[in-house]
Amino acid sequence: MKSSKRIIEKIIEGGLKLSGATTSIIILLIIIFLFKEGSGLFQSPSVENGYALYLNSKNTVNDLDVSEIKHIFDADITNWNEVGGADQEISVFRFDDIFEIYSDEELGEHYSLLPEKLGEIINENPNIIAYLPKAFAPSNVEGVKVLPEKTISFSDFFGGKEWMPTATPSPMFGVLPLILGTLLVSFVAILIALPLGLGVAIYLSELAGETTRKFMKPTIELLAGIPSVVYGFFGLVVLVPIVQETLNLSVGETAFTGSLLLAIMALPTIITIAEDALRNTPSAMREASLALGATHWQTIYKVVIPYSASGISAAVVLGVGRAIGETMAVLMVTGNAAVMPHTLFEPVRTIPASIAAELGEAPAGGAHYQSLFLLGCILFLITMVISVTAESLSKKQPNKGV
Amino acid sequence: MIETKNINFHYGDYHALKNISMQMEANTVTAFIGPSGCGKSTFLRLFNRMNDLIDGTRMSGECLIEGEDIYKNSGQVDELRKKVGMVFQKPNPFPKSIFENVAYGLRVNSMGDKKFIEQRVEESLIDAALWDEVKDKLKKSAFELSGGQQQRLCIARALAVSPSVLLMDEPASALDPISTSKIEELIHQLKKEYTIVIVTHNMQQAARVSDSTGFFMMGELVEFSETKKMFLNPEKEETQNYITGRFG
Amino acid sequence: MSKKLNQKIAFTSFRILGILVVGILFWILGFIVYNGISVISWEFLTTGPTDGMTKGGVFPAIVGTLLLVIGSMAFAFPLGVMSAIYSSEYAGNGWFVKLTRVMTNNLASIPSIVFGLFGMVLFVNKLGFGDSILAGSLTLGLLALPLVIRTTEEALKAVPNSYRTGSLALGASKLQTIKRVVLPTAFPNITTGLILSIGRVSGETAPILFTVAAYFLPKLPSSIFDQVMALPYHLYVVATSGTDIEASRPIAYGTALILIVIVLIINLMATFLRLKLEKKNKQK
Repeated sequence: MKSSKRIIEKIIEGGLKLSGATTSIIILLIIIFLFKEGSGLFQSPSVENGYALYLNSKNTVNDLDVSEIKHIFDADITNWNEVGGADQEISVFRFDDIFEIYSDEELGEHYSLLPEKLGEIINENPNIIAYLPKAFAPSNVEGVKVLPEKTISFSDFFGGKEWMPTATPSPMFGVLPLILGTLLVSFVAILIALPLGLGVAIYLSELAGETTRKFMKPTIELLAGIPSVVYGFFGLVVLVPIVQETLNLSVGETAFTGSLLLAIMALPTIITIAEDALRNTPSAMREASLALGATHWQTIYKVVIPYSASGISAAVVLGVGRAIGETMAVLMVTGNAAVMPHTLFEPVRTIPASIAAELGEAPAGGAHYQSLFLLGCILFLITMVISVTAESLSKKQPNKGV
Repeated sequence: MIETKNINFHYGDYHALKNISMQMEANTVTAFIGPSGCGKSTFLRLFNRMNDLIDGTRMSGECLIEGEDIYKNSGQVDELRKKVGMVFQKPNPFPKSIFENVAYGLRVNSMGDKKFIEQRVEESLIDAALWDEVKDKLKKSAFELSGGQQQRLCIARALAVSPSVLLMDEPASALDPISTSKIEELIHQLKKEYTIVIVTHNMQQAARVSDSTGFFMMGELVEFSETKKMFLNPEKEETQNYITGRFG
Repeated sequence: MSKKLNQKIAFTSFRILGILVVGILFWILGFIVYNGISVISWEFLTTGPTDGMTKGGVFPAIVGTLLLVIGSMAFAFPLGVMSAIYSSEYAGNGWFVKLTRVMTNNLASIPSIVFGLFGMVLFVNKLGFGDSILAGSLTLGLLALPLVIRTTEEALKAVPNSYRTGSLALGASKLQTIKRVVLPTAFPNITTGLILSIGRVSGETAPILFTVAAYFLPKLPSSIFDQVMALPYHLYVVATSGTDIEASRPIAYGTALILIVIVLIINLMATFLRLKLEKKNKQK
């Protein structure tokens, strides 16, 4: 072969080798970018960026955690003694309040007198807590102390029970409600989909005739191909009213509705993989069972299913993965309540839905933005684990043959 | 024409060929016979370096074709395979037309222009005794031919690039008796122009077709001589046993 | 006798489940077709939305979806096929190939919203493409990549090895063998994979939410750096927000119907190709 052709071939083969590394590179990039953005959350101040909390120096309280701050500003906590201080009523002061007290002229040109005025107010009120932008806050004034800046901690995030990323002065980034919401919806979905899917898989692999199979397999593939948002739409206009009517609820958007929809969406995955696993049982094994006098059904549950157990587990695991990662359908039918779920019949919020719903509103680089990326990291990790688990399970399945 | 000196070949730890030396002359037919697993196919595949495709193999010794050690220059494998053609046990035409199958070797080796290719295709199909049967349907798929015809097509395909040596690995074992005898007749014709080495498990075929025969057993070349002599008056006892059917 | 009865009960319930699943599909399809068919008209398909999305059509969304499909496939198809060729024809069985296989499977199970996040951070922000067809196509391409790789690998695996040996024995190089024998043989199956990927990509919402999708654009896009409307996003937006959800319902049904029709056509084409291939391979 001519040497020029040889060189061209070598170049092409080099290109092929490079493209082989593509998926690994992409995963690496995803990990890097997602984690970089997400981990920044733990370096973010717990009070909104650019703001701080100011107390009167005489106040014995030196530290407030995120939850306490929120409850103070929501007027749930009204006395300093609830947070370790003296028995005094808390006086909440927000930055905008100063404009009620003083007119623009009194505050000077370009608001130059603002810090001074603010300092006076704080000094005069020993039970005040003021939420002010650092740019206009009084600095080095006796009688005014600033609460030390804390960064959002792991426990705030992973253990927090409230997800309120837009609250001021301290947004709450507790993911527990989201994690629980995700788990609740997904596992109930699998609870519904597993028996249904397994049953259909058994039907397809053991009972259905050729023509039925020829008809059903494309049907299931069709179900698998329907876009998530179309499922969501169907859920919204059909399932939600049905659930609301039959279960007599105030709203039909509940975790249960989400589970129903997810179950339908996970069915094709479970059915196809489980059916494959069942079909891979060697006919020699089945024949041995039948020859011993077992019925077809007995053969199925005593021989075929145990043999295919790992393949069926892989199907379930992958179904779970599908359910957990579903975004649009869940977003449209589970309501919008990022709160700890108490029953199955209340609105909830899942992790993917939260990301989709809130990313548009979160200013880039801010704590909310970072928290959503962290949610993405969690999702990524969960699906990694699921994917690896499913793969190792399906490897365990003994193959057709001796 | 073809010569090997002290060939030892390993699949991993398995010593498949033990110290094989032999010579084959030009324009002759040499048959390799022996029981299953004796190494005859492995030995055959040395001559066009098809064993290179398998991982974990080692070879020592010399393998010379027309005086040149074919294992010296690993870059020229394509050239070697032009010179040494191969026909496989199961016919394996490409999913292309009859014409394109025969033309394939010419195209990938950039041999000649359209006219030359057409000419060579016709010549090869004539040499393979297939031309009359397919000359009107060259554009049809090769899969429409019968098993015997497909094998002759593969022979034509191998001949098209004008090799000097033709290796045949049990070429008729997958065919019916009539196709088999057609192939054997073909081999008789082909040896006028080519040097042929054929592996067969059918001793009668070896006796019918070859000038020299090599008897392999467990990786060793037990005996190598003129076919008539091998079958009427073998020197080694193992050869005698195999030929008379006492084993294998 | 009771074991016969057990079997009858079990098998009947399984039959019912089978019918149930088919029923669910027909329920969903039927519902959308029934409510959406009256909305579909030539006007619906060729004009843009008017009156706050309560009247008019979805033409810009159709165009947008088309552009995103072309863009994502232009990225994912060549890259995916090349990657599959490498791992199925070249790589041995070493650690690199095993790693690649695991990574491809992982990539395949990543939720679409994570792709959206990644696409936003990398293409929209870091590389500065902004919300654009370019960013959206790349993000969707990443989503489709594992699917293309998987189906191409299967297609290549299905090519009998005897073709490869036969070609090499005639003096062809590995690359020539791939180009002249392996790829042509695998072509129909590779095409099936392409079609399925197109189907997948045209229905995805989450990856385009933050990389390209726009609620409403008065004009069609003129460059790859423009935003674009898209069918799945349009359905989402019309069904859940907007000025008058009730009045926009018909538009939503129409959009959903178009999406379902796309899926139907895709599946039909893929099945048709598969059947044609089975017929062709009825040799030997």
